[in-house]
Amino acid sequence: MSFINYSSREINCKIVYYGPGLCGKTTNLQVIYKKTRPEAKGKMITLATETERTLFFDFLPLALGDIKGFKTRFHLYTVPGQIFYDASRKLILKGVDGIVYVADSQIERMDANIESFDNMKLNLDEQGYSLKQIPYVVQYNKRDLPNVIPIDELKQALNPDGVPDFEAAARDGIGVFETLKTVVKLVLIELKKSA
Amino acid sequence: MSQSAFVMHEEEYGEITAVVERLLREANAKCVYLVDKDGQLIASSGDIKEIDVTSLASLTAGNIAATGGMAKLIGEKEFSVLFHEGERDNLHISVVGQRVILVVIFDKRSSIGLVRLRVKKASDDLARTIQKLVSKMEAVTEEASLLEQITDDDIEKLFS
Repeated sequence: MSFINYSSREINCKIVYYGPGLCGKTTNLQVIYKKTRPEAKGKMITLATETERTLFFDFLPLALGDIKGFKTRFHLYTVPGQIFYDASRKLILKGVDGIVYVADSQIERMDANIESFDNMKLNLDEQGYSLKQIPYVVQYNKRDLPNVIPIDELKQALNPDGVPDFEAAARDGIGVFETLKTVVKLVLIELKKSA
Repeated sequence: MSQSAFVMHEEEYGEITAVVERLLREANAKCVYLVDKDGQLIASSGDIKEIDVTSLASLTAGNIAATGGMAKLIGEKEFSVLFHEGERDNLHISVVGQRVILVVIFDKRSSIGLVRLRVKKASDDLARTIQKLVSKMEAVTEEASLLEQITDDDIEKLFS
């Protein structure tokens, strides 16, 4: 849920990166962190296990400039992708304004993609959201790897609604900002519509 | 979106800040924060220069969400008070009006008893103000005009 503060003149929104384990959600945030001007970003928080698997969430606050004299701030979160952290994923979805669904393009991860996508829909439902109403985009990550599924097949399985989608190789920074910009735009357009 | 925005107005912000500042003095605390359950910082007071308040706000919300999940598992509604004891500083975290989280950081110049007592009083005042805000949000006036005025150009310009 966005937070509009008339006193400090700020609009705050929450964006969640969702997807199966090891699909590159944390990598997306790390790239955004690395390539953003120091004055536009806060500290990146990572709650991970000793083997660098996300345990609870990653968090990155971004300031994107002014709209009508209000500073716009976006809080980016990732969920833990591993199946058994479902309770944590539900918590992180609370108050979400926009979603980036990150898919792993590798053939052997297709089942994990579909399972995670279904899990996202289920968890959104539980929070009283619906994927039809919430701004979201899809990112097909790891396009640089040799054993990838054709884009059409991914689209068919993971983007039935035809929302904006992007091919990415997040570890090289490819597609990361295109994805972010689009979800930010969709969130702001939705906020405008809600007035 | 299934939920509308949480909107803070000048008047209520003034009231909230006054309560937070009074709590800081009366509880002899180092700093006091008010955070919404989604992790957005609402107000703060005290010696906050050394602390990354944005991160603290997000982790506080995560903490309350996680313990709330634990509460449900054992059949409780929520754990409305959390206390973290450190070597030097301590954290007292409490849920106010089911909607926002009050965080008090204090050291040996205060005590858990004093903090609990003062937090209780401040919580009642804060809950009243939050309730006022919620009623205003339902009435929807000012924010509608701000949001309506946002143009596609404004959104485009953020990325130029």
